[in-house]
Amino acid sequence: MLENYLPVMVLIGIAFAFAIGSVVMSRLIGQKKPSAVKLAPYECGMPLLSSVQERFSIKFYIVAMLFILFDIEAVFLYPWAIMFKRLGIFGFIEMGVFIVILLVGFIYVWKKGALEWEE
Amino acid sequence: MEAILFYLTALVAVVAAFFVTKCRNPVNSALCLVTNFICLAVFYVMLEAPFMAAIQIMVYAGAIMVLIVFVIMLLNLGTAVKSRYTHGLAAGGVLSVLMLLVATVFLGKGSATATGGEVTSELIQSYGHTELIGRAMFTDFLLPFEIASILLLVAIIGAVVLSKRKV
Repeated sequence: MLENYLPVMVLIGIAFAFAIGSVVMSRLIGQKKPSAVKLAPYECGMPLLSSVQERFSIKFYIVAMLFILFDIEAVFLYPWAIMFKRLGIFGFIEMGVFIVILLVGFIYVWKKGALEWEE
Repeated sequence: MEAILFYLTALVAVVAAFFVTKCRNPVNSALCLVTNFICLAVFYVMLEAPFMAAIQIMVYAGAIMVLIVFVIMLLNLGTAVKSRYTHGLAAGGVLSVLMLLVATVFLGKGSATATGGEVTSELIQSYGHTELIGRAMFTDFLLPFEIASILLLVAIIGAVVLSKRKV
């Protein structure tokens, strides 16, 4: 059973080895001669405007919330899709009801302009 | 081999769970929580439930984590908490000892680790795990499945009503 997951284990192993290895190797081999110019944020954008630790707008939250809700809707589609042929027309109607109810929610979100970025 | 993998994952899960509560910076706690979620996904794989493992990663480590990080951002909890918490420490200690006792009792009786039931390893092997979930969801548990869509609809409307300035 678990033998099937050997490639996954190998992938996780390589990912860990690369992540840890590259940090450790650059720490060991790399030269560190910092100067004011080198430490400037030269290629990562502009100097900081303010501290990152400030309160974020609720506008981000509603986008995240709606993402989660429709993500969970998508989760329900997987077992249905894999059983689609065996469930036949009955399963199709079931999923149709499910999708229509959530479509009502989607239309509500759209009409209320929750997906718009209000200034 | 499987036992070694289980104990290794369990160790990582427990250590990660410990650091969720130990870390003073909420963002570090959130990262430890992701580690814990991924360990749980490994447990699902070991229990021959690969679909549950995928959902665990997608919904918990993906979506729920986004929500937690957004709450940290919204409440401006990015800075480390300086104060010490002593009251909760004693209560938490008593509670965890009690939980450990309950778990020991149930493990001793064998009722928590029983392996009976309709769905066996052979059935999962022959029919497929995701197929079994699909069959159960769309035949036996049809009404709860449709109610889940109502629940999601309520959550969508609730999210919009609570967070929009003008509804």
